[in-house]
Amino acid sequence: MKLIGIDSSGMTASVAILEDDIVVAQYSVNHKKTHSQTLLPMLDEISRMTELDISTVDAIAISKGPGSFTGLRIGSATAKGLGFALDIPIVEVFTTDALAYNLCGTDKLVCPIMDARREQVYTGLYEFVKNDDIYMMETVLPASALAVEDIVARINEIGREVVFLGDGVPVYRDTVKNIITVPYSWASPNQNRQSAASVAALAAGKFKNGEFVNADAHVPEYLRLSQAERERKEKLARE
Amino acid sequence: MEKDIKILAIETSCDETAAAVVLNGREVLSNVISSQIKLHTIYGGVVPELASRKHTENINPVIRQALSEAGMTLSDVDAIAVTYGPGLVGALLVGVSEAKAIAWAAHKPIIGVHHIEGHISANFIENKDLEPPFLCLVVSGGHSHLVKVVGYGEFEILGRTRDDAAGEAFDKVARAIGLGYPGGPKIDAVSKTGNADAIEFPRAKVAGAEYDFSFSGLKSAVLNYLNSCEMKGEKIVTEDVAASFQKAVVDVLVEHSVHAIRETGFKKFALAGGVASNSALRTAMEEACKKEGVAFYRPSPILCTDNAAMIGAAAYYEFIKGNVSGYDLNAVPALKLGER
Repeated sequence: MKLIGIDSSGMTASVAILEDDIVVAQYSVNHKKTHSQTLLPMLDEISRMTELDISTVDAIAISKGPGSFTGLRIGSATAKGLGFALDIPIVEVFTTDALAYNLCGTDKLVCPIMDARREQVYTGLYEFVKNDDIYMMETVLPASALAVEDIVARINEIGREVVFLGDGVPVYRDTVKNIITVPYSWASPNQNRQSAASVAALAAGKFKNGEFVNADAHVPEYLRLSQAERERKEKLARE
Repeated sequence: MEKDIKILAIETSCDETAAAVVLNGREVLSNVISSQIKLHTIYGGVVPELASRKHTENINPVIRQALSEAGMTLSDVDAIAVTYGPGLVGALLVGVSEAKAIAWAAHKPIIGVHHIEGHISANFIENKDLEPPFLCLVVSGGHSHLVKVVGYGEFEILGRTRDDAAGEAFDKVARAIGLGYPGGPKIDAVSKTGNADAIEFPRAKVAGAEYDFSFSGLKSAVLNYLNSCEMKGEKIVTEDVAASFQKAVVDVLVEHSVHAIRETGFKKFALAGGVASNSALRTAMEEACKKEGVAFYRPSPILCTDNAAMIGAAAYYEFIKGNVSGYDLNAVPALKLGER
């Protein structure tokens, strides 16, 4: 089984090629340059370097959201184009799920926090449960847009040690420190941002279970309405 | 005869998701347009974020339909073309990302096309004899350009709008007189029963730039007129306001065009862009060209609106010149005509 993984939900642009149990290649860049300029050249580079025959790829794994609306669409449109041209399906993975999967095997609670602006973070809560000789990820709280205070309150309530990761960490580090009542830590630099290898690895399990969509049907999961829709809804509610 | 070139073109610069297959830059094998007008109407104009979301939903089925109507598969096309600017950045990015991924996976060249070059090239589709050089007036919701088309893909801009695009003025005035969005077709329709000489609106000139346009003063004049009617308790005849406004726009567009025809000595003149569908502009421009002894060209309404066939037409001439893009092709929302 061969998957191409893509994550462009945040500042990180990341692509990976997963073949069975091995990440054959991964290319991640954390730089301001727009994903539309980097993503496909990166995929082209790792494909040539690993002599990938793209006709042997089984599916495209995509970080479907939440995240930057524009970033998500660059990734999704890329995945849809690949799926269309290669006639293969798309395996959708929540961005927060894939982020948490960076820490697969930890006995701590895992809390990705992505800066979502408007005083919110895109977040979720995850734990790893040993199943025979491998760890499986379980969702404690699915991908959500919440105030950082609310997610920390939820963690305090659960009362377990937690690891935070994601681009929301530098933004909310002090806020978290001030209100958290359980032991906590911050993930290390090699694990604390989006990784297409994690997207692909998580997607591999889903693909085996038949959890995938046609490339035509895939759209990002924004978790939020557009500003215009939100304002219109608020206006209608006031009237 | 050289080998036939078939181009799959994609256009998502504003609120239409479009794909087409074009043969040798002149023959449309398919032209699929999925309009989002209904989605944006309740907001009184195009909402960029909603447009981008809708493009992501629509794009694959639209491309699939374009290939199927052309009776071919992806492997039959020679290149993929896509609009990369100007336009709404989020909307452009959907088409650009999708087109590049398809091109990469199918081992085809990718050609980034300028949206306005597309509009101009729409004239090549139905006028097989039309070749540069010619003059072109490009008028749409986002653009108002008077252009010397010197060669394929080679342009000299004579004049442009200093503020609102012609189509933008139509939209704003339509909203002010309660006709709603999209303003162009609605004003065109009600103007047919209005008196175009009922109200004297200004015809703006831009000092020191004889070919440039300015429509924001005209728009303000319409708004002032409506306000003063209301204050005086005078009845507003929507049809007359629409017709008088439309005439003011058309007069300026035609006057500048005729001036350019005389100064340049060009023997061919073409209209392009969404506002080229306006019936008053078409009639007035055709008459003016006849009077000047100049051949007049214009695309059918379906090729005036944003579409991908025009992108495929423009891409063909870039392709045969060897102008292909890289996988790092980006959306350029303020891309200038003639830039690559």
